[in-house]
Amino acid sequence: MALQYDGGVILGADSRTSTGAYVANRASDKITCLTDYVYLCRSGSAADSQIISDYVRYFLNQHTIQLGRPATVKTAATLVRELSYQNKSFLEAGLIVGGWDKYDGGSIYAIPLGGTALKLPFATGGSGSSYLYGFLDQAWKEGMSKEEAEALVVKAVSLAMARDSGSGGVVRTVVINEQGVTRNFYAGDKLPLWHEEIPRQNSLLETFTEAEPMRT
Amino acid sequence: MAMFMQQQTDDSSFKKNMLFRGQQDQSSALPSVGFVPAKSPTTHTQYPYVTGSSVLGIKYKDGVLIAADCGGSYGSTLRYKSVERLKAVGKSTVIGASGEISDFQQIMRYLDELTLKDKMWDDGNTLGPKEVHNYLCRVMYNHRNKFDPLWNTLILGGVKNGVKYLGMVSMIGVHFEENHVASGFGNHLARPIFRDEWKEDLSLEEGILLLEKCFRVLLYRDRSAVNKLQVANITAEGITISKPYALRTEWEYKAFQNPTQGVEGSW
Repeated sequence: MALQYDGGVILGADSRTSTGAYVANRASDKITCLTDYVYLCRSGSAADSQIISDYVRYFLNQHTIQLGRPATVKTAATLVRELSYQNKSFLEAGLIVGGWDKYDGGSIYAIPLGGTALKLPFATGGSGSSYLYGFLDQAWKEGMSKEEAEALVVKAVSLAMARDSGSGGVVRTVVINEQGVTRNFYAGDKLPLWHEEIPRQNSLLETFTEAEPMRT
Repeated sequence: MAMFMQQQTDDSSFKKNMLFRGQQDQSSALPSVGFVPAKSPTTHTQYPYVTGSSVLGIKYKDGVLIAADCGGSYGSTLRYKSVERLKAVGKSTVIGASGEISDFQQIMRYLDELTLKDKMWDDGNTLGPKEVHNYLCRVMYNHRNKFDPLWNTLILGGVKNGVKYLGMVSMIGVHFEENHVASGFGNHLARPIFRDEWKEDLSLEEGILLLEKCFRVLLYRDRSAVNKLQVANITAEGITISKPYALRTEWEYKAFQNPTQGVEGSW
C-alpha cells in the first residue's frame, strides 16, 4: 500500500511470495526502486511486476539523463500504465507508483489490473488488500504527519498479514520526501498482536512451571 | 550523425515499439532485418477489470444534461469512489463512459489527440458532438471487428450552433441518437421513467430533478451504483460539470420496519 502524508509518501508491503501453497520467498522486497525519488509497490504475478519495473527503471534512467532533471512521479506512473494497458491480456500485475517530485510533492498513482491509472491520496493492492477496505475507510484521515502515516501503514499491512494467507513475513516501509528515501523494517515483536494471536516464546520450557496440572 | 538514420534496428527503440504499441499492428512494428523474429500472438476479447456503472443523459430546453456516478468497481468490490466518468471534449461536447475505465482513459487520449489536431488547423471551426460521435463510432466498431473491443458504452451530448445533440455508442459499435439515453442498468431502470416523464422543453430544474429521480432508483436497485454523482450541463454558452455530490435516500417506511412479522423466514 501507499499513503500520502504532509510532505511526502509512505510505501509499505509484506514480504511473502508464494507459488501455490508454498512460500517461495519469506523475505521478499516488494517495494522496488524506479528512480531516486520514485518507488513501485508490486503485487500479482512476481514475474510480470518485476519485468514492468525493470523496463520502467530503464526508460526512466534514459529519460532522466535526457531531461536533465529528476523524473516526475506522473511520468513514472504514465510509463507503468502504458505497459500495463497495452499488454493487458498478457499481464497480471497490480502496481502502485509512489514518490516525491518538486512540482507535485508526494504523489501516489494506483495502477490495478487492466491499466487504469488513478491518482489517489492512498492506495492498496494485493490479496491482503481485501481485508483493509473497512479498516482504512475508518482509520484514514487527511493531513497525517509522517509518524502517524507510517504507523497506519504498519498497522494496516500487519492486519492484512493476520488474515490473508497470501501475506506474511515482515513489514517493509519506504518513506520518500524532499530529504530523500528511508527504508524501515518491522518484524516479529515490533508488530502488534491481533485477535487470537498470542505473544511468542522460545519454547514451552520457558513456561513449563505454569503448565496446567493433569486431572483424572 | 549516421546513428540517426537507423530506423528500428537499435535495441532500445525496437523494444519500446514492441512494448508500447500493444495489440495494434504487431507485424509492422518488427524491423525488416536479417533475422526472422517470432510473430506476436494475436489478442482477443478481454475482460473488464475496473468498471463504471450507468450513465444517464437527457435533452432539455437549453441543452443537454448528462449524469454519472463516481464509482469504479473491481468485480463486486466498490473499489474506487472518486473516478471521473464525465469528461469535456472541446468546447461543445461531454462524454460519459461506463465499462472498463482503462479503455475510457485510452479513448480520452485519442480524443485529446483529435481535438489538438483540430485546434492546430486553426480554421475557426471546432469539432462538434456529431463529429466526435462519428469518430468514436468508427473507433469502437473497428476495434470490435478485430475482436479487441474497447469495453465501454459511451454517452455523448453537446450543443453546437444551437442544435442539441445526444447519442450513444456501445462496445460493439451500435450507435444512435435520442432525446434520452442511458447505459448499463440505466437502460432498464431509468429509460422507462424517461419515456413516461420526458417532454420537449424541460427546464433546467425539471431536467436535474428527473435525472436525480432516476439516479435514486439506481442507488436503490443497482448494486454497483455509488452515492456520489456528477451532472454535466451543456448549453450554447458552454460546459459545466458539477462537483461530486450525494443524494438523500428514503428508508423510513413503516413497511420496512418489521417486514417479516407474522411470516417468519420470509424476506
